Amino acid sequence: MANKIRIATTSLAGCFGCHMSFLDLDERLLQLAEVVEFDRSPITDIEHCTNCDIGLIEGGVCNSENVHVLREFRKNCKILVAVGACAINGGLPALRNFIPLEECLAESYLDGIGVENPQIPSDPELPLLLDKVRPIHEVVKIDYFLPGCPPSADVFWKFLTDFLEGREPSLPYEWVHYD
Amino acid sequence: MAKTFTIDGKTIPFETGQTIIEAATAAGVYIPHLCHHPDYTPHGSCKLCSVKVNGRVCSACTFPAGEGQEVINNSKDLNDDRQKITQMLFVEGNHLCPGCEKSGNCQLQAVAYHLNMLDNHYQHFYPKRALDASHPDVLIDHNRCIFCTLCVRASQQQDGKDVFAISGRGINKRLIANAQSGLLKDTDLEATDAAAHICPTGAILIKRTGYQIPIGERIYDHKDIDQVSLAASGLIPITTLAPSLAVGTEQTQDGE
Repeated sequence: MANKIRIATTSLAGCFGCHMSFLDLDERLLQLAEVVEFDRSPITDIEHCTNCDIGLIEGGVCNSENVHVLREFRKNCKILVAVGACAINGGLPALRNFIPLEECLAESYLDGIGVENPQIPSDPELPLLLDKVRPIHEVVKIDYFLPGCPPSADVFWKFLTDFLEGREPSLPYEWVHYD
Repeated sequence: MAKTFTIDGKTIPFETGQTIIEAATAAGVYIPHLCHHPDYTPHGSCKLCSVKVNGRVCSACTFPAGEGQEVINNSKDLNDDRQKITQMLFVEGNHLCPGCEKSGNCQLQAVAYHLNMLDNHYQHFYPKRALDASHPDVLIDHNRCIFCTLCVRASQQQDGKDVFAISGRGINKRLIANAQSGLLKDTDLEATDAAAHICPTGAILIKRTGYQIPIGERIYDHKDIDQVSLAASGLIPITTLAPSLAVGTEQTQDGE
């Protein structure tokens, strides 16, 4: 096939569980590979997006690097998809939103049990933490949402096949779940 | 001749004094709702049951049925509004379903599924809300309270107690427990009270029961709340629903 659909994926403040669920496509990945080419993704190790048709974003936004990556995806992907609970509402990482950032850092790097040489990491190469973990739609425009923790492989398959075959993506009742 | 009105063109019989939602349910028509419960006085606060009565938006749980009314219920406009209301309920609290033991049996989630809500759309508040784990058998997680007042009404009208109330307004609104200390353990709430079981979300939970039915086998994992709601009113045979429903009858009573 001459023009393959280009897909980029990333995990921001996520656990890679959505990516693992994507890999649950198993043999269907071979079918997918006939019509799809992966751009920036943990699957390819390509570091930056070029022009893509679909960007799949797992995880919310918890630090400055997440914001840069998300904006790079938005700039380069025609369609941006929020994948999973964390991308949609912050998810588990957003539980830190109820604790002041200073207290989080102190607990992890200064006062926590077993901490040696206590100091808050401040290397300029480290991305700065945001005060709150945010869902990605609060930062850039998102076109589609695939809820679930994680969304099942069937959800990815249905979304991508709908898209590839020119249908408006839609999920049956039992595949829409938030847990 | 029985008195009638129409919902989406369908003729619905009613008796004087019935609300629109009561007549609709009796006729097998589902109107989305969260704060409505047939056993308690209507509260009219969640606005999910908003319908158009002769062109005007009304709450079906409080508005009396009347001869010849033309009611619109299942329209795109109304369902779009209902989805926005549900999204606002999600962002105003902290509804993180993967970590909630009510997931799958939660009516807030089920209504969102029914409305095919895929995202929360609005900016999240992430309000800081507390947990009250003081009671030996019942837990309150204020993060998930939607102020439907079902626990308030169940306690007063069914249990003959007065355990709960809503205090404050707007963003400061909160569920309070009727005790000097403000703690649930100092109220006369018992785990067998209707008020302890009525919560449509995971805000009031019975301890040590959360995972008796596994995720994936719960009421709304397989059945849309419109069917479950009508089944609870005796209009759909219960056997057509998920097997877990038989085990989770308590949950069904909760809501409907």
